[in-house]
Amino acid sequence: MSLVAKDVDVRRGARVTLRRVSLALHPGELVAVVGPNGAGKSTLLSVLAGEQATSLGEVLMDGRPLASWLPRERARRLAVLPQEASLGFGFLAREVVLLGRSPHLGGGTSGEDTRVALAALDATGTRHLAERSYLTLSGGERQRVQLARVLAQLWDAPARGPCYLLLDEPTASLDLAHQHLVLEEALRFAQSGGSVLAILHDLNLAARYAHRLAVLAGGRLVASGSPAEVLQPALIAETFGVRVEVLDRPGAPGPLVVPAAAAVRSPR
Amino acid sequence: MSVPDVAPAPSWGRRARGTLGPGLSWAVLGGLLVGVFLLAIAVGAVPVPPASLGGSVLAALGVDTAHRLEPVQEAVLLSIRLPRALLGMLVGAVLALSGAALQALFRNPLVDAGLLGTTGGAAVGAVSAILLDVALASRLGPLRALAVPGVAFLGALVATLLAYRLGVRGGRAEGPRVLLAGIAISAGASACVGLLISVASDAQLRSITFWNLGSLGGASWEAVRVAVVPLGIALVLLLREGSRLNLLMLGEREARHLGVDVERLQRRLILGTALGVGAAVAFTGTIGFVGLVVPSLLRLVLGPDNRRLLGATALMGAALLVGADVVSRTVVAPLELPIGALTSALGAPAFIALLARGRGRA
Repeated sequence: MSLVAKDVDVRRGARVTLRRVSLALHPGELVAVVGPNGAGKSTLLSVLAGEQATSLGEVLMDGRPLASWLPRERARRLAVLPQEASLGFGFLAREVVLLGRSPHLGGGTSGEDTRVALAALDATGTRHLAERSYLTLSGGERQRVQLARVLAQLWDAPARGPCYLLLDEPTASLDLAHQHLVLEEALRFAQSGGSVLAILHDLNLAARYAHRLAVLAGGRLVASGSPAEVLQPALIAETFGVRVEVLDRPGAPGPLVVPAAAAVRSPR
Repeated sequence: MSVPDVAPAPSWGRRARGTLGPGLSWAVLGGLLVGVFLLAIAVGAVPVPPASLGGSVLAALGVDTAHRLEPVQEAVLLSIRLPRALLGMLVGAVLALSGAALQALFRNPLVDAGLLGTTGGAAVGAVSAILLDVALASRLGPLRALAVPGVAFLGALVATLLAYRLGVRGGRAEGPRVLLAGIAISAGASACVGLLISVASDAQLRSITFWNLGSLGGASWEAVRVAVVPLGIALVLLLREGSRLNLLMLGEREARHLGVDVERLQRRLILGTALGVGAAVAFTGTIGFVGLVVPSLLRLVLGPDNRRLLGATALMGAALLVGADVVSRTVVAPLELPIGALTSALGAPAFIALLARGRGRA
């Protein structure tokens, strides 16, 4: 049971944005996708989300081609947090989160759905925003409310079977405390049996929370493995063009990546 | 900054809505519609007093009463006022509902059939059909009554599809693009109508002029019988989509990930609005701003949830148009103000107020 991209190529016109990329998301796993800008991270996420057609290769969810799933069935086990959402109507934050329950609704909203929505608001630290109009929220607050919406979508799903949460830069506009809050919540989701794929820019956040790192560069998967395996100074210098020191601290939850003095060689 | 993490119940942030529960708002709007309807059948050159109307209804049920309608009152009521009020209700409900649906489709609270060019496309269709009527009348036979609404529907469909193709790219509705596309389509449509007018005969010209200003004056039982089919289908198609429209408002990607068959929903919305607006334009001409003002106003009170909003929008659109019709035929009696001019006179300032109010997002 897994979400798998097999030998995927994506071409847009003459440009190849993904080349021969294979990646599998297993239950209980948090995978962080890292890489420089334009490496194809978001393209890979949209391929796994079924938004982007592949030029070659295929995407399977639990053994079946992703495209063959009925939309509603798929929505009960695959949720996607886009990088930016464009909601131009004044729903209350609570109502936005309840929209995440719609793949489960029969007719109206049940008490169970309300309970889940409130729990998801709690989990993302947005309970106090529940009665605020989405339009009055700041960028970071909106992002957390959207995260609460996708968490609500898959709230009880890990207990019922495999399910997949795809997060496109979930920490992008968050302060330090909320970056950790959000990734802790993602990790908890994985620990309860779900699978998470998150695009992250901060290697230290990735090292701390991810079970596995997938490094993309130029549309290729250049490395995949545990944070300790992947975060090597040579690979980081090669991929990001930044010289770093990697500090291994005994007992710490992951290696620490620190840019060296005069670190930037050739920003791409 | 010492902002407490758990704020006290915020008294700001537009919490005014919710004070009027859905049940109450239905009662208020339903009562409003009934009141306006009674006014519409009572008021005019030949007054129909409600007491006599009640008496006649009772008499028809076999109860003997003193108050009865005069024969002329009865004739005016049955053959003029009743079909006119019914057509007004149907058209008003459909126009308002189409506005709400298009706003969700384009994820923009500031669009409606008029601004997108749907109305213009329908007018081109209707005018073309009038001009071709003479040429085709003999061949169409009984289908002739459907020619004008049918071609108006096609015009509305083409215009809406064009607005969608131009305004939405890669699943993202871009506000400025949508509105610019609407301006371009409307301009093209009015150019077409202008060209068609230049080849029209005098008699055709009179019918066409009526399209540009809008009027319920063409209402008759025959018109109601033909119009009720497309207008009714549009109402049924659009009223069912409340919860899916909510998800579409989140964004196309988001709706897809929440299990909505987005392409199918979009087809249904475009078809439903084109059918409704096409029929509305065919029978009553271009009546602007109803689709813009009614949903925006109701969103302020009920919030944006389309499950509550759509039914209320249809009720209020119906009440608004019938009310506007009463005003249009009484203020300068025995003449009639064009109802389209009246709704624009109400709608333009409301639109400006929406724009002025916090980035125009209701």
